[in-house]
Amino acid sequence: MALDTSDVAKIAHLARLAISDVERDHFSTELSSILNLVEQMSAIDTTGVEPMAHPLHMAQRLRPDQVTERENRDQFQQIAPQTEDGLYLVPKVIE
Amino acid sequence: MPDQPLHDRSVCALGAALRAREFSARELTEHYLSRIEQLDAKLNAYITVTAELALAAAERADQQLAASTAGPLTGLPIAHKDIFCTNGVKTSCGSRMLDNFVAPYNATVVERLQAAGMPMLGKTNMDEFAMGSSNETSFFGPVHNPWDLERVPGGSSGGSAAAVAAGLCVAATGTDTGGSIRQPAAFCGVTGIKPTYGRCSRWGMIAFASSLDQAGVFARSAADAALVLQAMAGFDERDSTSANSTVPNYAAQLDDEIAGLKIGLPKEYFGEGLDSAVATSIEAAIKEYEALGASVREISLPNAPLSVPVYYVVAPAECSSNLARFDGVRYGHRCEAPKDLEDLYKRSRAEGFGAEVKRRIMIGTYVLSAGYYDAYYLKAQQLRHLISDDFRRAFEQVDVIMGPTTPSTAFVLGAKSNDPVAMYLNDIYTIATNLAGLPGLSIPVAPADGMPVGLQLIGDVFQEGRLLNIAHRLQQATDWHRAMPNLTTA
Repeated sequence: MALDTSDVAKIAHLARLAISDVERDHFSTELSSILNLVEQMSAIDTTGVEPMAHPLHMAQRLRPDQVTERENRDQFQQIAPQTEDGLYLVPKVIE
Repeated sequence: MPDQPLHDRSVCALGAALRAREFSARELTEHYLSRIEQLDAKLNAYITVTAELALAAAERADQQLAASTAGPLTGLPIAHKDIFCTNGVKTSCGSRMLDNFVAPYNATVVERLQAAGMPMLGKTNMDEFAMGSSNETSFFGPVHNPWDLERVPGGSSGGSAAAVAAGLCVAATGTDTGGSIRQPAAFCGVTGIKPTYGRCSRWGMIAFASSLDQAGVFARSAADAALVLQAMAGFDERDSTSANSTVPNYAAQLDDEIAGLKIGLPKEYFGEGLDSAVATSIEAAIKEYEALGASVREISLPNAPLSVPVYYVVAPAECSSNLARFDGVRYGHRCEAPKDLEDLYKRSRAEGFGAEVKRRIMIGTYVLSAGYYDAYYLKAQQLRHLISDDFRRAFEQVDVIMGPTTPSTAFVLGAKSNDPVAMYLNDIYTIATNLAGLPGLSIPVAPADGMPVGLQLIGDVFQEGRLLNIAHRLQQATDWHRAMPNLTTA
């Protein structure tokens, strides 16, 4: 499986990564070589094999639906790039 | 050995000396801090040194020692991989993205070791977001192998491995997603254990691939690792995949008999690609086990060769989801003057992440994207089942699986950094263990051309105690693990 530069541009957009034209060339070569490695999987017939979702085959543990966390907003927002009145600030989304 | 330097003594010996008041916890912590100051410029093993916090913790330890309320680890200085959140201390994960991130809480593992009285010396260097096998992807520069400064220490927990090898801490924490404890332990000549998936809490441990990530320990011996793991392991309700089962007393198991032990050697781990000098060291260690009364038989893990391709679907898929949280909004790096929200996301992430992290995010994004999910992710999860079944069948015949931890000794810095696939193949013997969720351990055996070699032990689920016991018996009969690099000259 080879990825060309337009595939790379599309993937980078989905992953929200800005990439330059030079990087696009590099990534197209490197990602293609990784996918070639991954292609080895197709040598094995896995028809009827159950996919393994958890290494110990455990079920998801549930807990009672009760509030257990303290409210830490002030502390957590101290490390935020930009906040105001307890809100996180980003560039204007709605005109 | 009364003149044995402090940094060459075991956890047990140091603990006993502290309780006998031969020296104080403060003096011991000062000893390590001064070694870090003298030697770490050569190694770059630490990203952050927390001298003041360490000394304050040492003073609390001295009070406990004076009051005879000290435990086996009280006053013994430890280093934490910079992937574990440490309250009030920078937690960078080896990335520019988190260069400004001061964690607002402690990881469970950090909290437990702190409660056990271990002063934290600092945070160790690592591959960015634990993605790498050489420590060269760190934003803070590579770590140098203490046995040969031109060589890599392995990764991703390279700083922890190098710090323990060089005597810059008593023990260190690490994480292992595809070999990130065992491979650097092998390259640096120390003992490293990756427990069963779920044995140690993942809470506060920055996530890479959540179905594979597991915390563990680096130490100078299996006996030392047993004491530290004891304090870390156990159920944590804050981790949704934490194993809710009793932690046995690891130290009590160390001296158990190993005569009659059945060792399986997977033929897939001794084939093409294994360096012949490494093979010779591994064979010599297996001979020692036979002399101790173990029997050896060849086994097969037929799907093990597929573990690298399977891993490079599962791990990037999970990483692309986990790392979506780094968006420049709530914490971490934010680009200058974003023109809109999309520009904020895209440039913050492009500037914050290094090349290897970007490669893995993009592979993960691709394999999870519409139309490709079944061909890649589902297929990989099916193969993961087959790999896991291979181990299950093997443990019906043998008690422990042994083989080399890595195909070669530590390679030269820069040798593989331009070829991602060549780098990935370093973990060819370690990855299957993570895919199956099993515990694995690496111990130093006879060096090859002056560089350390690691013997890997793989056990069935929750057999950490047995693995530490089997490793300990070899370390009692041999002195390979006693070797220390000579860093004082030059």
